Amino acid sequence: MAKELLKATDVSEVFGGLKAVSDFNFHINKGELVGLIGPNGAGKTTAFNLITGVYQPTTGEIQFDGKSIVGLKPYQITQRGIARTFQNIRLFSELTVLENVKIAFHFHVKYGLLESVFRMGRYFKEEEKIEEEALKLLKIFHLEDKAGELAKNLPYGAQRRLEIARALAAKPKLLLLDEPAAGMNPQETKELMEMISWIRKEFGLTILLIEHDMSLVMGICERIYVLEYGMIIAQGTPDVIKNDPEVIRAYLGGEA
Amino acid sequence: MKYLRKNDFIMIGFAVVLFAVLQGLIAGRILSSFWQLNLLIVGINVIMAVSLNLINGYTGQFSLGHAGFMAVGAYVGVVLTTNFHLPFLAALVAGAVAAGILGFLIGIPTLRLRGDYLAIATLGLGEIIRIVIMNIDYVGGAAGFKGIPHHTTFAWVFFLMLFALFFIKNFVNSNQGRACLAIRENEIAAESMGVNTTKYKIMAFTIGAAFAGVAGVLFAHSFYLISPNSFTFMQSFNYLIMVVMGGLGSITGSIAGAFVVTFISAALASWPEFRMIIYALALILMMFYRPQGLFGYMEVTNMRIFRKIFKKGGRADG
Amino acid sequence: MEVTHQVLQQLVNGISLGSIYALIALGYTMIYGIIKLINFAHGDIYMVGAYIGFYAITQAQLSIVPALIISFVVTGILGMVVEKLAYKPLRHAPRISVLITAIGVSFFLEYTSMYFVSPTPRTFPALFGDVAIELGGIVINGQQMLILGITTILMIVLTYVVHRTKTGKAMRAASFDTETAQLMGIDSDRIISITFGIGSALAAVAGVLVGVYYNSIDPLMGIMPGLKAFVAAVLGGIGILPGAVVGGLILGIVEAFVSGFVSSTFRDAAAFAILILVLLFKPTGIFGKNTKEKV
Repeated sequence: MAKELLKATDVSEVFGGLKAVSDFNFHINKGELVGLIGPNGAGKTTAFNLITGVYQPTTGEIQFDGKSIVGLKPYQITQRGIARTFQNIRLFSELTVLENVKIAFHFHVKYGLLESVFRMGRYFKEEEKIEEEALKLLKIFHLEDKAGELAKNLPYGAQRRLEIARALAAKPKLLLLDEPAAGMNPQETKELMEMISWIRKEFGLTILLIEHDMSLVMGICERIYVLEYGMIIAQGTPDVIKNDPEVIRAYLGGEA
Repeated sequence: MKYLRKNDFIMIGFAVVLFAVLQGLIAGRILSSFWQLNLLIVGINVIMAVSLNLINGYTGQFSLGHAGFMAVGAYVGVVLTTNFHLPFLAALVAGAVAAGILGFLIGIPTLRLRGDYLAIATLGLGEIIRIVIMNIDYVGGAAGFKGIPHHTTFAWVFFLMLFALFFIKNFVNSNQGRACLAIRENEIAAESMGVNTTKYKIMAFTIGAAFAGVAGVLFAHSFYLISPNSFTFMQSFNYLIMVVMGGLGSITGSIAGAFVVTFISAALASWPEFRMIIYALALILMMFYRPQGLFGYMEVTNMRIFRKIFKKGGRADG
Repeated sequence: MEVTHQVLQQLVNGISLGSIYALIALGYTMIYGIIKLINFAHGDIYMVGAYIGFYAITQAQLSIVPALIISFVVTGILGMVVEKLAYKPLRHAPRISVLITAIGVSFFLEYTSMYFVSPTPRTFPALFGDVAIELGGIVINGQQMLILGITTILMIVLTYVVHRTKTGKAMRAASFDTETAQLMGIDSDRIISITFGIGSALAAVAGVLVGVYYNSIDPLMGIMPGLKAFVAAVLGGIGILPGAVVGGLILGIVEAFVSGFVSSTFRDAAAFAILILVLLFKPTGIFGKNTKEKV
């Protein structure tokens, strides 16, 4: 059995008496690309926010790499190796594309405050290194010629790609993508999905992907969890999910 | 300091020339003592504006209590020089450390607050600092502290201002500074990128407070007497106005803002009854027609007309 | 016995002062509720109100009630004019621009007044002489009775207006969610204007009452009470009308106790200390609800 990278056990989240996520049990093995799907409001983003420490679970346990991450702050969880993108793009909009990516290298940079303000020691060497790495990432996402532009001035699709590039700069083991294709046209979506498959191999990543549109994830995910009303109603390979009567009722039926 | 870059050399060269010219004007008694004093005040205000800009403009934390930290620096400084006869440099260091420590201690609880709440909390803390000083008889209470030695010279002000500018410019162009910018832009995203937002907010606040302390020591030693009334929240408003007028998030802007505000107010000194009215109207009109301030996020090194002189500068390489 | 007596006396003083803070805080909280602006000029509106009352009494030889009404109306209009000229053009500007504008308006009102009425404090005519009632050794003087009477009446009227009239309901809707209110056909510009009018008018009454209470007014008198009223609004929960009243009363009582039993120089510090404590432990104030940012 492959090693579990992320494991959630009996996680529930209650907002003012309302259960947003309940008895959430799932796991991701190292190297897997897992999809988390479900209709709008099913609790997918809440699940992400629980994993990344934005919300604290009301009950339950979340383990990453064999250690509990419950109670850690979001930045600590990122430093452990989980990076994410946001459904409603959260770029540093008044900063340049390059600066956006550089920020995500933050905790990998090895120089202190004195070295910064007096420009001594490792400052220049480290700055050169992260600039080089940042440009390399931008190149992968076809953003290298936009490096000097303000993030807010990028077209929508490019902003989505920049979010992923930025998340990768944090050098995660697990990458969480929250509806990365939202608002993209079919052509852009197809390219993005190919890109995701590619970076997964290139960086040896484990990926958890939230998607609203089910057909989209079928092509690239190995395993899929289906959420409805905060509960997992089905899981398995795309083929299993496609034929699961519960899923068809809840999800496809609900859509029609 | 073998790593100083080309733009830094240009800036230092320019600063040395500027210093020589101004020092010449002072030594040659070409400037009246009124304008000499204003030159000191401009320099002190630049330190105040640029350090407040680090907190408000770069880190996006709305502080309205900067004059309080200035007061701490001023009073610590004058006690050391006047009562303990310590050298000026010691007073400057002590003023910076005292204000910095206080900034750190105040920052830990208050920086959890956001936006307007933080603004009003810092305003309140600034006032509390002032009221506490007013009730300490040892430093003269409400009547003020008298008999301060006149240590502040143009050279002290100029070079400490230069130090503050380079310090903050280098800070915002570093990994730590980028963390602060990220907090300003989107705190949740910053946290998700591994930035310990609390730590960097406190760091920016502490550095800002320490420089306000330095400015306070310089300010106090420009006069014979200081009183707690020099450090009201009105004064904090003034520094905020300098920062906003120049451009939140622009060091060039803070310099310009400090300069413009100080000189408008000095130039209007002959019409005291209209001075504040004109100032108020200028402020309102500025917000109508140029809310981003004179420079916005721009720096001198990034402006087209100066491209020939400067290598393409980084953020705030000004 | 002596101590209880003093405590009760300070309580009376505190409630009088607190009622004045409450009147100013109501305007603050209404304005913040609707356009999320800390209107730093609100304290200066109160000052203008005091001067209008002063001239109505001394120049026009009016008695207190007509003077209050004139000040109420004129200052209310002034508030609406200020909003129209200074804040309305910035409706979609960044918050800090509006805040700086408010500081500008504050300076403008202070120093324009100073130009016209001179910086020297004016003595408000004594209207009550030595009228006072004594209840078990606790003195409630004429000024205090006036303050309590007028503020009670105004608060009842305001509650009626906000809860029972169409305009009041629109104000509450706009304060809850301006955009949705607009979609529901509420003319938000008009509502904002009315809010400024009512808030300013209430502050004006507070100004006249303070003149009567302390006998002295000056062009910078609005700065401190303005800030403290904001503290009161935050204490009660900003945007919440009963909160402003309760906050104002608490603040007034605490100040009276600090000046009565500790030292009057720490009076102002007490207000700010309350502010800091509230912000640290319950930033949403006594009546506020906690909200969570959606990610």
